[in-house]
Amino acid sequence: MSELSVNHLLGIKYLKEQDIQLIFETADQFKEVINRPIKKVPSLRDITIANLFFENSTRTKLSFELAEKRLSADVINFSASQSSVKKGETLIDTVNNILSMKVDMVVMRHPNPGAGVFLSKNVNASIVNAGDGAHEHPTQALLDSYSIREKLGDVAGKNVVIVGDILHSRVALSNIFALKLQGANVKVCGPKTLLPKYIESLGVEVETNLRNALEWCDVANMLRVQNERMDISYFPSTREYAQQYGVTKTLLDSLNKEIVIMHPGPINRGVEITSDVADSKQSIILNQVENGVAVRMAVIYLLASKIKK
Amino acid sequence: MSQKILLNSKEIEIILHRLACQLIENHLDFSNTVLIGIQPRGIYLAERLTNILRDEYHVKDIELGYLDITFYRDDFRRSEKILEANKTNINFVVENKKVVFIDDVLYTGRSIRAALTAIQSFGRPEEIELLVLIDRRFSRHLPIQPNYRGRQVDAINKEKVKVSWKENDGEDVVYLINQEKDK
Repeated sequence: MSELSVNHLLGIKYLKEQDIQLIFETADQFKEVINRPIKKVPSLRDITIANLFFENSTRTKLSFELAEKRLSADVINFSASQSSVKKGETLIDTVNNILSMKVDMVVMRHPNPGAGVFLSKNVNASIVNAGDGAHEHPTQALLDSYSIREKLGDVAGKNVVIVGDILHSRVALSNIFALKLQGANVKVCGPKTLLPKYIESLGVEVETNLRNALEWCDVANMLRVQNERMDISYFPSTREYAQQYGVTKTLLDSLNKEIVIMHPGPINRGVEITSDVADSKQSIILNQVENGVAVRMAVIYLLASKIKK
Repeated sequence: MSQKILLNSKEIEIILHRLACQLIENHLDFSNTVLIGIQPRGIYLAERLTNILRDEYHVKDIELGYLDITFYRDDFRRSEKILEANKTNINFVVENKKVVFIDDVLYTGRSIRAALTAIQSFGRPEEIELLVLIDRRFSRHLPIQPNYRGRQVDAINKEKVKVSWKENDGEDVVYLINQEKDK
């Protein structure tokens, strides 16, 4: 197979295993491209992409924008905080107005789950979901799996634990879908209050003891506690959370093996991981960021090749 | 569909030796020259020539790289054929070097146009030459001509030239395939 089975990237849920492999194989080539003296290819010079960010973002937005520019696409940026959304315009109206300016692809982050799916049914453009509420963040999951594949050779058969605020995390859900699709074993670990009910129905195991989870895993993906999405208190204090679910160098060194530490960023140093863990050799956090550009280039390139002339 | 053999393995062998000698004539010890095989089909020819130069003509230290042109092609989203990327592997500096592009068939010249753009991402070569096994003259869309050619072929557009290599296809042979149905 050398073509994606989908016309939009709305979530990992809609992808097949072959799609992920195709994205990774294409990303391998782009990773070589972004390490050249001149890091740019002309493939998408006749494509215009709108980055619509209805929610704050730093690295995802930069990573997408860089990926688009490395492919020579024309890029326009939009942030909800400076737009007519504040004046009461609907999502479809906003996007259709932007599309009237001859835009071929929309990369969108939105606080509401399903915003991408809704848009894909109502407007005529290729949609890439850059995070929709607590639902999915497909490119993050792809770059996480790509980084595991790069570090350990393969994703299939590996034990991966996702630690932290699973309840409010789109990264967790997309990662679970992606890892299961590739044949990895997945556990989630966190305080009971931050684990969604029925999470086991996705085929993952639940572990509330961090040490047990780390003893079991090859890779630990540490998530941030999303205070901005919390309406009530889910744990007594940040200090107590850090003591129970924070990874420290002492804890890592006391394990009987060397595990890989990942984090989608932004890191709250001293909460989910300490500084010496984040900066240790076991951490591949900055590799994830580099791979993010290559993976997003692959996604955009493969989707653009399906846009009809 | 019918096909005839343009070159058999013996003829290919002789041509490869001639091309190797022509390269030596212009580049002597290859101290300032690098060879670049164009992906996907040019790499077999490039590897063969490198081996001949190294083993039979004792040229030491030849630099050989592979260049993938997928992202530089001018038919992205225009052809039905899906463009699949291959590996680029250039582990040396091309700045101020003499570069020899190596490909199996020169047809419209569009691949070489893409390769000329692609190589700029790696630096500014002193000069670029082109070596092809089969030159389909009269089929060019662009003003591109080879510096070294194995065999010139006057094929019409409905005909296809297929180069098979031992490494990949089991035997060294060049076919001229007529894609029109036999009457």
